[in-house]
Amino acid sequence: MSQFYTLTDHFVLLPAIMLALFGCAILLFDFWPRPDPRQRRGLLFFVVAGLAFAGFGLWRQQAFLNANGLTEITAFQGSLTIDRFALFFNWIFEIASLIVAIVSYAYLEIEGEHHGEYYALMLFAQCGMFFLAAGTDLVTLFIGLELMALCFYVMVGFLRGAKRSNEAALKYLLLGAFSSGFLVYGFSIMYGLAGSTKLSDIAIAIAARDPWDPMVFLAMATTAVGLLFKISAAPFHMWAPDAYEGAPTTVTAYLSVASKAASIAFLLRIFMGPLASARESWEPLLSVVAILTMTVGNLAAVTQTNLKRLLAYSSISHAGYMLLGLIAGNETGIKGIEVYILVYAFMNLGAFIVIVALRRKNIIGEDIDDLAGLMQKSPGYAVLMLIFLLSLAGIPPTAGFLGKYYIFLALIETHHYFLAVIGTLYVAVAIYYYFRIVRSMFVGQLVEQAPLTTSFGVRLALGVAGVMTLAIGIYPEPFLRMAQGSILR
Amino acid sequence: MDQHLLSIVLFAPLASLAVLLLIPSSNKTLIKVWANLSSFAAFMISLPLAARFDKSAPGFQMVERVDWIPSLGVKYLIGIDGISLLLVMLTTVMGFLAILSSWKAIDDRVKEYYAMFLLLQTGMIGVFISLDFFLFYVFWELVLVPMYFIIGVWGGPRKLYAAIKFFLYTLAGSVLMLLGILTLYYRYHSQFGTYTFEIAELMKLDLPLGLQQWVFWAFFIGFAIKVPMFPFHTWLPDAHVEAPTAGSVILAAVLLKMGTYGFIRFSLPLVPKASVNVTIVQVLAVLSIIGIIYGALVSLMQQDWKKLIAYSSVSHLGFCTLGIFSMNPNGIAGSVIQQINHGISTGMLFLIIGVVYERRHTREISEYGGLAHVMPKFAIVFAIAMLSSAGLPLLNGFVGEFTILQGAFEANRAWAAFAVAGVILGAAYLLWLYQRTMLGQITKSANLHLPDLSLREMAVFLPLIAWAIWIGVYPKPYFDLLEKPVAQIVERVRPGYYQGGAAINAGAAQPSSTAGAQ
Repeated sequence: MSQFYTLTDHFVLLPAIMLALFGCAILLFDFWPRPDPRQRRGLLFFVVAGLAFAGFGLWRQQAFLNANGLTEITAFQGSLTIDRFALFFNWIFEIASLIVAIVSYAYLEIEGEHHGEYYALMLFAQCGMFFLAAGTDLVTLFIGLELMALCFYVMVGFLRGAKRSNEAALKYLLLGAFSSGFLVYGFSIMYGLAGSTKLSDIAIAIAARDPWDPMVFLAMATTAVGLLFKISAAPFHMWAPDAYEGAPTTVTAYLSVASKAASIAFLLRIFMGPLASARESWEPLLSVVAILTMTVGNLAAVTQTNLKRLLAYSSISHAGYMLLGLIAGNETGIKGIEVYILVYAFMNLGAFIVIVALRRKNIIGEDIDDLAGLMQKSPGYAVLMLIFLLSLAGIPPTAGFLGKYYIFLALIETHHYFLAVIGTLYVAVAIYYYFRIVRSMFVGQLVEQAPLTTSFGVRLALGVAGVMTLAIGIYPEPFLRMAQGSILR
Repeated sequence: MDQHLLSIVLFAPLASLAVLLLIPSSNKTLIKVWANLSSFAAFMISLPLAARFDKSAPGFQMVERVDWIPSLGVKYLIGIDGISLLLVMLTTVMGFLAILSSWKAIDDRVKEYYAMFLLLQTGMIGVFISLDFFLFYVFWELVLVPMYFIIGVWGGPRKLYAAIKFFLYTLAGSVLMLLGILTLYYRYHSQFGTYTFEIAELMKLDLPLGLQQWVFWAFFIGFAIKVPMFPFHTWLPDAHVEAPTAGSVILAAVLLKMGTYGFIRFSLPLVPKASVNVTIVQVLAVLSIIGIIYGALVSLMQQDWKKLIAYSSVSHLGFCTLGIFSMNPNGIAGSVIQQINHGISTGMLFLIIGVVYERRHTREISEYGGLAHVMPKFAIVFAIAMLSSAGLPLLNGFVGEFTILQGAFEANRAWAAFAVAGVILGAAYLLWLYQRTMLGQITKSANLHLPDLSLREMAVFLPLIAWAIWIGVYPKPYFDLLEKPVAQIVERVRPGYYQGGAAINAGAAQPSSTAGAQ
């Protein structure tokens, strides 16, 4: 080992290496001639193994931090930092990848597009997310972002035969590339200010300047555009409804949870790091963006009839709530974002898995009407969907309430009463559109008799999501402690 | 066992819900039998609460305290005082009677129906016994979902509109209330350094008047929508008219009381300075009086039997809030008694509508007339319910209204004068309703052979009639129960009220001197 790749570097990088290795292994395995389609099961085995090895790496890192009482391990001269913040987000990526991979297995069969690349892309995307959560250097972060985004561009367009999937991918790609341009522009100014790509150096350089310094403002604004695009905040949300609707449902689920979580981690790294001292200039800007995001997300969702589009808009509004946590910016706020993203992962994945189960041979099953009478047909699914929707709306005792609870508390603690009132009132709007789905499931007349797709994987994933959504709501203590320990300092 | 009695009462409906889910939904009779038995059992379990309650002891009794979410300072903290006890008993009685009354009315999706009622039952009891604000909020919201389904699935023609309107109104109010709760929670942390939602702890806060007012209005939105006070009452007629009979009964008898209970338990003790602030008291009293008179006038004009009773609820709940904001022992005690009375008498009136609706499937008043000839037992029951609602002496309504008026008179004579007009109008619309439906000749041939009350229906009404007469004739046990908790609340909002005697009695309309002196 040379000094350019020390043992620490290796230790820190291990999860990413595992993900990349297993991704490559899947690609190789896919070359194997397979007379029998059942051998595809091997693909799933590779994904689970890859996630397990990556998880093992993360677990070792966590154990190392705990054993030595450290707050962080840095590697590659400070371009990668494993702290509890990074680990927290990486666990969320692990959970999301695992659940989505299991569900994808049944889903891709129905879509008739079951290929090995899909799983490889998932692992590569997660590899990118690892760098987004752990990166503390502009270049590392940017490469992580592009690695993740490129995988998603392909995955969104994975249904090669479907027009809207192609359209979604192209739209996502073009707008995504555009936003990356903004981001890099902001990064270049930051580099110009500090003469270094390290976040810590940039933080010092920006702190030495006035928050309203034009260069600082320009760096902040352009970086913000790139980041806000990634978390689908208004007015940079245009891609989300189309991409969510066109993408294979499993990819939509993955995109809405894992990609959003990674982008939020990225956003926090930048805004609570280098830009922390320029809060005075970005707080009003982000406040406007947050209000706009909640408004657009909630009001546009009201009129949607396509479930995936509706959830896309709802996911936009959730981004608005998470931004509120950043605007509050105190410990409660950051903890709130982490709790929010954790519960969001389970409840949103759950809701999308129900939509996956609605997809059957020859039945698209994406409209609200496709859920009509679900209570008579499969009460278990209907009740679980009800729990997910209540949680998305933030009604106790489901997990979603806790996310909102922290956000509102943080806003009150930092005296952002106006934002708090706006945020709470949109909860009532959200209930309206979530309950359009509930109404269809419980009051609507049963039209479509065909039973839902219920493979073991789908049931398992749905069960896990449902149990976690309720468990975090009813006994949140361990999860809150975990979030408390993972605050970005 | 003994020290967990309150928890058992709270979770008994949930436990029977769990058993209910195991019964196959095709076996409707078994489901009905189980739901009736278990809700009766839930009522029986709640009786020892009343028996063991020590009315001479101040403060909360049968308190149970367990840490629930330590990192938020949230506790599972429950306990009852006289006010809670009465409302819990009302809940268990009405819960059982509502389920009993549904035997024939509901034949579709029976299992879900009873499941929702049992869930609702736990939610309502939880609201009345929670002493931790977080826990309270969880139960408060828990109530919304089953009620949405009861209205939305088993309701009338415009059920979906009514159900979502009910949900949205209440939710919008309660999320704003949540901001008020969080403000107190945060202030407590900055003053004392720990996080807690415990009501008794939050009462130690000493907040400036301005902030108290903001918190008061945040609570007000949540509670006033629930009560509902004018001008937030518009969801109520819709919800009542569309809900199935049992849903209306529970809605009127118990759910609305969550709002008035909230005022008494939370608004007054937690933000006392704001609660006696002269502007706030006047606004609240005026809104209450508008509610009383407006509700009564609108009732007079109704062609729909159920809508008439729904608007009468607005009027009666106006009395309850007027009593609360009289800020004296008579007003508050009268208000609690009137809440129970309203539960009994309006519950009965909705059940009565259910009886005729099951037979004729219409609620138009003009479709009826002369029913007393064919349904004599029914006519007697209706007469008692109507008179108890109108406040005839020796029946329960009189006791409540009289005490509230006493309190209002003590606070401000003009309030009492206006409120008395509400009593008169109340008698008018109820008597006129009775006359139009029960007396005279039978005008519609469809009414000629209506069957009288069955045994099951009598079983629903008899306990309520007995209760109404008990309160009307001998209300002393109730006032004894309320004496201590009411005195505590009055002492809290108007320190020195009991020592000062008549000097401060001059009126709640001028309490700013007491508040300002601090």
